Amino acid sequence: MKKALRILAVIILLAAVGLWAAKGANPGWTINNIPHETMDPVTGLSGVTYEKGFIPGWDFLAVATLMAGVMAGASFLFRNKKAEN
Amino acid sequence: MKTMSRKMMRIRWIALLLGAALALPAPAAPESFDFKDPKNGNKIEFKLDAPAEKIAGTANGISGTVTFDPQNPGATRGKIVVATASLTVPNAMQTTIMRGNQWLDSAQYPQITFEAKELKNLQTNGDSTTADAVGTFTLHGVSKELTIPVEMKYLKDKLEDRLGGNQKGDILVITSTNFSIRRADFNIMPGQNLDKVADTIRLTLGVAGASPK
Repeated sequence: MKKALRILAVIILLAAVGLWAAKGANPGWTINNIPHETMDPVTGLSGVTYEKGFIPGWDFLAVATLMAGVMAGASFLFRNKKAEN
Repeated sequence: MKTMSRKMMRIRWIALLLGAALALPAPAAPESFDFKDPKNGNKIEFKLDAPAEKIAGTANGISGTVTFDPQNPGATRGKIVVATASLTVPNAMQTTIMRGNQWLDSAQYPQITFEAKELKNLQTNGDSTTADAVGTFTLHGVSKELTIPVEMKYLKDKLEDRLGGNQKGDILVITSTNFSIRRADFNIMPGQNLDKVADTIRLTLGVAGASPK
């Protein structure tokens, strides 16, 4: 159990960092409304439309790190298996 | 015979004058432009630069009416309305908090408005006019006199090009790239969270209104 929790903590941390990096390593807050600029050729004005999406930010990394930390911490509550003689 | 000829001449002159009067173009009347854009392309951008955080977003729930006379741009009057619930930032949770009762309270104050009452420092160049629009800005239930530098561009007979179909009419484009307000002036959490939410809100306006014929 102890080992499983530690492995899970590492997997969560690596998966979160991997996803964050793969989605563009956004240093700001997580983006759920992705803005798209549109240009009106007649008026010359640029408009914005929003599309639902997910680009993880630093808050996503913080939550993932916290979860991994909790799991790693919880692993200390379990005792090591004693080696059988 | 002579009297008859004089009468005929008079009638001819009157007919000629009437014809000339009818042929003259009628003086342009002020046009009313509706800013509820069917293409949803109108927007206001807002930016806040606090020491710990930068916030940028847009609002596209624009409506309102502006009366504009191409022969007399100085007489322009009107009101632009922004739906508070249309203010959006890229983070959904921040959007909810911003519209919530601690900040903009969109339920109680559903509209942000600017009503132009006077234009100053007019400069017209062709179809484009720059001016300082003086009017009342209302946000979060607080109204303040505000001067906004604006550029108005009159696009005659361009509505069909923009909307397609057979919708004839004119377009009025109003832009403003440099004005700011302070949230404390409008009683939005004055003096609080200044490290993350700046007091100064920089605004950029780009809206187009239609005057169908």
